Amino acid sequence: MAGESYQVDRAQAMIAGPVASADWLIVVPVVLPIVCGALLLMFRHRMRIHAFMALAALALVTAANASMLRRVLADGPFSMTMGGWLPPFGISFTADVLGVSFALVGSAVAFICCLYSLGDIDRTGRRYGFYAFLMLMMAGVNGAFLTGDMFNLYVWFEVFLISSFGLLILGSDKAQIDGAVKYAILNLVATTLFLIATGYVYGTFGTLNMADLARKVDGLSDTAPLMTLSALYLLAFCMKAAAFPVNFWLPASYHTPRIVTAALFGGLLTKIGIYALMRSMILIFAVERAAYSMPIAIVAGATMILGALGALAQSDLRRMAGFLVISGVGVMLSGLALGSEGGLAGMAFYALNSMVVMTALYILAGTMGAAGAGFSLHDLGGLYRARPLLAAIAFLLILAAAALPPASGLWPKIVLVQASLAEGAGWLAGAILVSGFLTTLALGRVFLLAFWRPASASLPIARVPSLSLAVLLLLLVPVLLVGLYPEPVIAMSGSAAKGLLDPSAYIQAVFPQAGGG
Amino acid sequence: MRTLIFRTAAPFITALMLLLSVFVLLRGHNDPGGGFIGGLIAVAAFAVQGIAFGVPVVRRAIYFHPMAIAGSGLLLAALSGVLSYAFAVPYLSGLWSAPSLFGVTVDVSTVLFFDIGVYLVVVGGITSIALSLEEREDG
Amino acid sequence: METIFSLLVALFFTGGIYLMLSRHLIRILLGVVLFSNAVNLLIFTNGRLTHAVPPIISPDLMTPAGPVANPLPQALILTAIVISFSFFSFLLVVAYRAYQDLGTDDTEEMRVAEPANEAPPPMGY
Repeated sequence: MAGESYQVDRAQAMIAGPVASADWLIVVPVVLPIVCGALLLMFRHRMRIHAFMALAALALVTAANASMLRRVLADGPFSMTMGGWLPPFGISFTADVLGVSFALVGSAVAFICCLYSLGDIDRTGRRYGFYAFLMLMMAGVNGAFLTGDMFNLYVWFEVFLISSFGLLILGSDKAQIDGAVKYAILNLVATTLFLIATGYVYGTFGTLNMADLARKVDGLSDTAPLMTLSALYLLAFCMKAAAFPVNFWLPASYHTPRIVTAALFGGLLTKIGIYALMRSMILIFAVERAAYSMPIAIVAGATMILGALGALAQSDLRRMAGFLVISGVGVMLSGLALGSEGGLAGMAFYALNSMVVMTALYILAGTMGAAGAGFSLHDLGGLYRARPLLAAIAFLLILAAAALPPASGLWPKIVLVQASLAEGAGWLAGAILVSGFLTTLALGRVFLLAFWRPASASLPIARVPSLSLAVLLLLLVPVLLVGLYPEPVIAMSGSAAKGLLDPSAYIQAVFPQAGGG
Repeated sequence: MRTLIFRTAAPFITALMLLLSVFVLLRGHNDPGGGFIGGLIAVAAFAVQGIAFGVPVVRRAIYFHPMAIAGSGLLLAALSGVLSYAFAVPYLSGLWSAPSLFGVTVDVSTVLFFDIGVYLVVVGGITSIALSLEEREDG
Repeated sequence: METIFSLLVALFFTGGIYLMLSRHLIRILLGVVLFSNAVNLLIFTNGRLTHAVPPIISPDLMTPAGPVANPLPQALILTAIVISFSFFSFLLVVAYRAYQDLGTDDTEEMRVAEPANEAPPPMGY
C-alpha cells in the first residue's frame, strides 16, 4: 500500500521534515547492543570473538551516551519519535540530563564488568550465551533510561528482566535455581503492577507519552484517580528498587550468580527502579508525591537502616553487599521523599555513585573470595599481609561504600542531609547519618576480619589475578576523582533535578510546536 | 504418544502447519496475522514433530540451533529499522517499494522484514524452550 | 458493560493473588497466569468498550467509515501477552528445573540460597 496513490494530508500524524543525523544517536545505545546480542546468538560457537564484540559494542555505546550527555548539557533535551509518527502517536525516545547520565554511567560500568568477565566467565558460560544476554540486558537498561513513553518503559523493564534471568541461572547450581525462582516471581509481580498502573494511566489520560502526560496532568478533572495511580507506581518501582517492605527478593538472589553478574545487577538494576520513580513521581505525579512524602520518607528511613542492619548480620560477603545495595536505595529514596531540587539532585548523584561503588564492592567481594577461601567472614583472614595492594584498594572502596571522604559518595550524602534539614526533616537526616555509621561498622568489620586477622594456617591464600586488581582500580579512579573534585557532577545532577521539576524543556523537546507548558 | 497413527500423521500436520505459519506471517500487514502468531504456529508444528519422533529429530531437522534462529530474527528486525537512517526518517519508519516480479507487483517494505524478524525470534526462542521441556520429559 | 468487566477483572485478580499466596510453586505459576490475564482484560476495559467494528479501513476509503474500536489497547495487550507469554514459559522452565534439582515445589523448603540456621558473623578474633 505505497502512500503515493492517496491524496491525504499526513502532516497531522506524520513527521514531514527530515530527521537530523545527530538525533539518531538516541537509538544507538539500544540498537547497537541488540544487534551485537543478535550476532552473538547467531555465532554462538565462535566463542573467541564473543568478549571482543561485547567489549567493542559497549565501548561504542558508552561513547554514544557520552556525546549525548554533552549535547543535552549544552542544548537541553532532544527527542526522536519512532516510525515517523508525530508524538504522542509514535513511541518517543527522549534524552534529558537525568536519563542520559544514568545511561552513560550504566554503560561504562557494564563495559568495566565486561572486562572483568574475561577472567570470570569460562567457555561454558560463553557457550551458554553470557555475552548475548549481557548485551540484551544492556539494551533493556539503556532503553529504560532513554524512552519517553510509559508503556515502552514497561517493555524495556521486561527486556532487561528476561535477559537478567538468563544471566542469573548461568551455571545452574541449586542455589542459583532457588534464587532465580524468587527473583523471577517477585519481579514479575512488580512489573505486572507497573503494567496495571500503566493501563489505568491510559484509561485516565488517553496517552502514554511521558511529556504528554506531564502537560496533561494539570488539566485533569478532580475525580481522576491520580492518588491510586501514583500509589501503584510507587509500589511497583519501590519493589524494583528493593525498598524495605518489598525488598526480600534481592538478598535471596543477588549472591547466587557469578560475581560479574551480581556486580552488574547490584550496580544497575535497582537504579532503574530509582530512575523510574523519579520519572513518574516527579515529572508526572508531582502533586501526589508531595502528598505521599511522609510514607516515602518512612520507607526510605526504614530501608536504609534495615539494609545496614541486615549487612551487619551477614557473614557471607556477597549477601552483605546485597544488603548494602538496599541500604543505598533507602538513601536515594530520601531524596524522593524530600522532592526539593536539592533532594532530587542528591538522589540522582547518589544513584550514579552507587552504580559504580556497588559494582566495585561485588567485584571486591569476588576478588577477596578468590584470594581467600570462599566468601564467609568466618574463614577469610590474613589478606592484609599477603596481598597489600588488594588491601589498599579494599580500604578505599570501603570508604567509598560507606560514603566517607575522599570518595564520591560523601557529596550526595551531604546534599541530601542539607536538603532534609532545609525541609525540616531532621530525623531523615539523622537516619541517613546513622545508616552511614552502620554501613561503616559492617564494612569496617570486613576489613578487620578478612585483612587484619591472622590467616588460619589450613587455608592458603591464592594469587589475585591482576585483571581483577586492574578492574577494581578502574572503578576506583572515577570514585576518587569525583570525590576530590565533585563540582561537575553536582552541577549535572542539579540540572537533572531542575529538568524534572520544570518539565517545560522536556515537553518542548517532544512537542516543538506546542510551546511547552 | 508414539502411536502408529500419530507418527504417520505427524509429518503431514507439521508440514501443513509450517506452510500455514508462513501464510499467516505474510498476510499479517493488512489482515489479522503477523510474525508473532505465525511464529507460534511454527513452534507448535515443531512441538508436534518432537512429540511424535523425539527431540533429536527436530533438532536435526531445523539444522540451526534455535537460539541462532532467534538471533538472526532479532538482527533482521533491528536492521530493518536502521534502513531508515539512509532516508533521513526516524528509526523504524516504514519504507515501501513495489518492484514488479514476473509481471506481479509485490509490496516490499521494511515492515515486512521486521515482521519476518519477529517470526524468527518467536520460532527460535519458543522452540528452544519447548524442546528443552520436551527433552526433560523424555529423559 | 464496563461494570461487568470490572467485576470480572476483580475476580481474576482475586483468584490470581490467592493462588500466588500459596507455598507451592505450581499454584504460584497458575496464579501468575491468572494475574497477567487480569491485567490484559483491565487494559482492554480501560480502552472503553464500545459496540464498534474492528479498526480496519476498507481499501477504497481513506478514513474509517464509522466509529471503530480503539486499536491502541489491543496493541498494548498484544505486547503484554507476548511478554507475559515468554516470561511465563521461562518461569515454567525454571520452576521445572527447581523441582528436579531441589526435589520440592514447596517454597518454604527452598532454603539453598538462604540457609535457615546460618551462624552469625564472628564477634571478634
